[in-house]
Amino acid sequence: MNLIELRDIRKTFYLGEVVLPVLKGISLDIAKGEMVALTGASGSGKSTLMNTLGCLDRPTSGDYALEGEEVSRLSNDARARMRNLKLGFVFQNFNLLPRTTAHVQVMMPLLYGAEYISQKEARARAETMLVRVGLADRMDHQPSQLSGGQQQRVALARALINRPSLLLADEPTGNLDSQTTREVLALFKQLNDQDGITILIVTHDPKVAASCRRVIRMADGLIEADEITAGGPS
Amino acid sequence: MKALRILLIKALRILAAALTALRRNVLRSGLTTLGIVIGVGAVIAMMEIGNGSSSAIQKTITSMGANTLMIFPGAAASGGVSFGAGSTMTLTPQDCDAILKECPSVRAAAPVIRSRNAPVIYGNKNWVPSEISGTTPNYLSVREWPLSEGAAFDDRDVRNSARVCLIGQTVVRELFQGQSPIGQEVRLQNVALRVVGVLDKKGANMMGRDQDDTLIAPWTTIKFRISGTTTANTAAAAQAAGTSTTTQRGALYPGSAQGIYAARSATQTKNSPMPVRMISVDSISVAATSSEEIKDATTEMTGLLHERHHIGEADVDDFNIRDLAEISKALSSTTTMMTNLLLVVAMISLVVGGVGIMNIMLVSVTERTKEIGLRMAVGARGADILRQFLTESVVLCLAGGAMGIGLGRGSSYLVSKILHWPTLPSLGAIIASVLVSASVGIIFGFYPAWKASRLDPIEALRYE
Repeated sequence: MNLIELRDIRKTFYLGEVVLPVLKGISLDIAKGEMVALTGASGSGKSTLMNTLGCLDRPTSGDYALEGEEVSRLSNDARARMRNLKLGFVFQNFNLLPRTTAHVQVMMPLLYGAEYISQKEARARAETMLVRVGLADRMDHQPSQLSGGQQQRVALARALINRPSLLLADEPTGNLDSQTTREVLALFKQLNDQDGITILIVTHDPKVAASCRRVIRMADGLIEADEITAGGPS
Repeated sequence: MKALRILLIKALRILAAALTALRRNVLRSGLTTLGIVIGVGAVIAMMEIGNGSSSAIQKTITSMGANTLMIFPGAAASGGVSFGAGSTMTLTPQDCDAILKECPSVRAAAPVIRSRNAPVIYGNKNWVPSEISGTTPNYLSVREWPLSEGAAFDDRDVRNSARVCLIGQTVVRELFQGQSPIGQEVRLQNVALRVVGVLDKKGANMMGRDQDDTLIAPWTTIKFRISGTTTANTAAAAQAAGTSTTTQRGALYPGSAQGIYAARSATQTKNSPMPVRMISVDSISVAATSSEEIKDATTEMTGLLHERHHIGEADVDDFNIRDLAEISKALSSTTTMMTNLLLVVAMISLVVGGVGIMNIMLVSVTERTKEIGLRMAVGARGADILRQFLTESVVLCLAGGAMGIGLGRGSSYLVSKILHWPTLPSLGAIIASVLVSASVGIIFGFYPAWKASRLDPIEALRYE
C-alpha cells in the first residue's frame, strides 16, 4: 500500500463568473519512505496540489487516500485531526510564533492532539525533537535570537513532534542562503534515511530538486514529468 | 476521575496558551483591559459609596424618629357629619400603659397632650413656642432626645401635676439669652413652671419645623392646670366614652383600684351609668424596637386597642396609627434610585470597555492571521481557535475585573478617608462585577473569536 494514492484529482476555483481549473486530473502514488521534489513554474498548480495533499483543501473531484484512508471528502474538523496526526508542515517563511521560545513552539501541536500527553512527556518530546534537529543549546531562544537556518530547524522540530507519516515542505529553503540550504537539506535527507519519514518538498530551486531521488514536475495543472533521478546530494 | 484530570490539564494548557499570547503584547493587553478596569472600578466604587450613603441616610432618618409611631384618636361623626381626625377622645393614658406592657415590639410609649400655643413669659420677655406638649418622661426616650442640662421630670411629677417643665434650645435662646434656665420659673397662661431641664438641640424635623421651639411639661400639668387644652368635640366624645377606659370618679388615687364607695353590681352599672370624667390624650407616641419592627408594633397595637376599646370586626376603628415609614421608605428609595442610576452609568462604561476589547481582539485576530493559519495547519480545529481567542478575551476581562475591584475598593477607601463620605463594602458588587466582566469577555470576545475560527487555513497562511 502506498502512503499517498491520488486518483484523478481535480480542483477548480470559481472566482465569480470566471471558472479557473487549477488541477486538471492528477493521479499520483508516493510510497512510504520516499523523498520527492515537486517543481514547476508559478501557476502550475503545485501549491494547490500541496494544499490538497496536506488536507488543507478539498479537491473538487477525485480520490485521495492517505495511508489507505480516503480523506478527500472529510469534514473540516476531521481534516484538522488528520493534519495533527499524520502531517507535518514546513514553510518558506518558517511561520514561528513571535516572542515565543523554541521549546514552546515545538510543543504547540500537542495542544491540539486528540490523545492525552502529560505536560512532562510533552516537554520531553519537544526536547528530543530539538536535539534531533541540532538545537540542543537553543531551546529557550526566541525566533528573533535565532538565525534563519535555526528558525527553520525549530519549524522542522515542530512539524515532526507528532511523528507524522508525511512531511510537507513548501519552499523550505527559499529564505535561506546556500550554506544553510545545504545544512537543512542534509537534515531532511537524514530524517528520510534514518527515520524513514516520507518527505515532499515543493521547490523552484533545481539544486534542491536534485537532492531528491524523485522529482515531479508540474505544468498547467498536470504532471509533466515524474522521474527517478540519480538521487542523493551531489 | 482521570478524564476529569485530563480535562483540567487541557483547560490549564489552553489558559497557558492564552496567557502566552497576551504576554507577547503586554502594553496592548494592559491598555485593552483599561476599559474594563475603569468600568468595574466605577461599579464597585459606586456601589460602595451608594450603599454607604443609603445606610447613613437610614441612620439619620432613624434618629429623626423614623421608627416612631403616632396613635391618634379616630374621627367622630354625628348624624352623618364627620368631625375629622382627632375629634373623638378615645385614647387614654391607660391605653399607653397597656401598649407599653403588652406589645413586645414597642420600646417606649408616651401619651401626648398638646396645648394651645400661648406665650411663655420669663421676666420681661415672652415667646410663643411652636409646640407646647404635656407627656411623661418616656417621651424623651421615644424621641431619642437627650437633655443638655438639668434632668427630666419623673413619674411622680406626672402624678402630682407638678409645676415643672423642660424647654428646647430655641426657647432658651429667646427667653434666657445665655443665662442658665435651670431652676428659673417661666409663666405659661398664668401658671408658673419651674424649668428643670433643657433639651438637646435637635434642629428642624423633616417638615422643616423647628423641633427645638418647644416646651414639655407633665401631661397632667398641661391637662389640669393650664387652661386652653385642646378639648375637641365633647359631645362626640361622650358618645364614644362608653367604650373608653376612663378614670372613675371616686378613685382614691390615680391608678389605685380601691374605691371609697362599695363596688356596684353589673345590674346597678347598667341601670344607672356613672357619669365619667374622661381623661383623654391627644395622641400617643410610640417607638418600635427597630425600624423593621414597625409593622409588628402596628399589628400588636391595633389588636390591643381593638380589645381595649371593644371594637368588633365590623366596627370602624376609633384610632389611627401613623408611622414615618413612608418618609423613610421614600428617602431610602431615593438613594436606591441614585445608586441604580450611577450603576447604569458604570454599566455603560463597562459596555464601552467591552467594545474596546472587541476592537482590540479584532485587530489581534487580523494581526495574528498567520498564527491562526499555522495553528490550523498543525491540527487546530475551528472550535480550538474559537476557544483560544475566547479564553484570551475572558482572561483579559477577568484580569481587568480584578484590577477594577482593587481600583474601586481603593477609590472608595480614599473617598471615605479624604472626603469623609460614608462607604460600605459590598460583596454582592464584587461577585456581580466578576460575573459581568467574564460575560463581557465572552460576549465581546465571541465575534472576533468566531471570525478567527472561520478563517481558511490556506488564506490565513498566505496572509501577509
